[in-house]
Amino acid sequence: MGIIELQNVSYADGDQTIIHHVDLSVTAGDFLTISGPSGCGKSTLLKLIASLISPTSGTISFNGKNQNDYDYPTYRQQVSYCFQQPTLFDTSVLDNLSLPFQIRGVPFDENKISALLQLVDLPLTFLDKKIIDLSGGEKQRVALIRNLVFPPQVLLLDEVTVGLDTRSKTIVQALIKNVQHQATTLIQVTHDETEIAAAAHLIEMRQGALQK
Amino acid sequence: MSQLLVNNVTLVFAFALVLVAMLISYREKLGLNKDILLSIFRAIVQLTLIGYVLKYIFKINNTFLTILMCLFIIFNAAWNAYKRNPNSNRNYWETFAALFISTTITLGIIMLTGSLKFIPSQVIPITGMIASNSMVAVGLCYRNLHSQFRDQRQQILEKLALGAPIKLAAITILRESIKTAMQPTIDSAKTMGLVSLPGMMSGLIFAGVDPVSAIRYQILVTFMLLSTTSLGAIIAGYLAYRRYFNDRQQLLDQN
Repeated sequence: MGIIELQNVSYADGDQTIIHHVDLSVTAGDFLTISGPSGCGKSTLLKLIASLISPTSGTISFNGKNQNDYDYPTYRQQVSYCFQQPTLFDTSVLDNLSLPFQIRGVPFDENKISALLQLVDLPLTFLDKKIIDLSGGEKQRVALIRNLVFPPQVLLLDEVTVGLDTRSKTIVQALIKNVQHQATTLIQVTHDETEIAAAAHLIEMRQGALQK
Repeated sequence: MSQLLVNNVTLVFAFALVLVAMLISYREKLGLNKDILLSIFRAIVQLTLIGYVLKYIFKINNTFLTILMCLFIIFNAAWNAYKRNPNSNRNYWETFAALFISTTITLGIIMLTGSLKFIPSQVIPITGMIASNSMVAVGLCYRNLHSQFRDQRQQILEKLALGAPIKLAAITILRESIKTAMQPTIDSAKTMGLVSLPGMMSGLIFAGVDPVSAIRYQILVTFMLLSTTSLGAIIAGYLAYRRYFNDRQQLLDQN
């Protein structure tokens, strides 16, 4: 039994079916890469797993229990989704990095945040930075550590390196490798050639269906 | 007491003022002439009717009828505020609750202080005054909430994805919307007496009351409006934001 199980999952938006009868089992600790052309349904599949949308039919389970039987916020804290080109919210970097603490009702831990910022090569003074002053690469690095303040059991990465400068891309890829070593299950969606070539476990997606 | 000089003949002459608005609309191609005429027609008919209704209600001075009239005002105010909500997933009774609670709490407090007596000629006009201000505040709150849910969709999704419950995900825009709804009342309180000599006070002065007494009523009205707009906006906002999510705490698509 995998940590994430999809059984006959389909998703339609109005008349348009985006995901067709997908079966998928992801083992705990796995690093799964899903590749495929844009518009094939990769992001939708991740959003379904993250419970940001719900399947039209079929079931998704996490640790053997149906997604719908969890308290939704608790589920999303454990199956955490990181957006492609995130915009970040509110005003400052601090607002973004303090939300995970607020959600869990625990006080802000500056040491923890300092260590995480260091991992993505950003100084602690970065906390006071305004979001509008950040580059795309910096936003993505902040977004990623936002997901990792309290490490989730499953981390969903939606083309997180798309549009990043080389330096940010290297930092982000190093961080992902680091996360993988912490026994977090990773599912990434990408069409980056080097990421596909380096993938340990690769599944291809075409027109809303996984290729066997 | 000074003599009130508005009669039917002077009203017909005053209609020239409406013609000014229509002329501007015509020259500037605003396309508002039909709307202006309709609004004037409605105002005349509604006010004439209410004039007679109030005369009757004041004369028979019946508690049940007075309450019914107040409910009628709240019901209509709620309907207008409800129609200003751009969210297709809206609910009339939530708007009614916001208007009803904000109006009755404000009225209740003012009656407890002894400033207002439960007689139709006092309760009904004051209900109209507070309900209409609450209506405007609730409408503003709805429109602001809607545009923020549209503009900040991505931010809300990011908060949800991190495991935030819907209230935490929406709290910044909810606060912003409630603030926007209360702002006009606060602003108008700041300029009161400097820019406007508001309705209540003007009416009393017209009717020959000493301006120093008249301002006391206006201060009372200002207190009431602050209370009713803040209550109305906060209740409406807290009920309305939930309707942008489904029961799985997912953000709904807006159409």
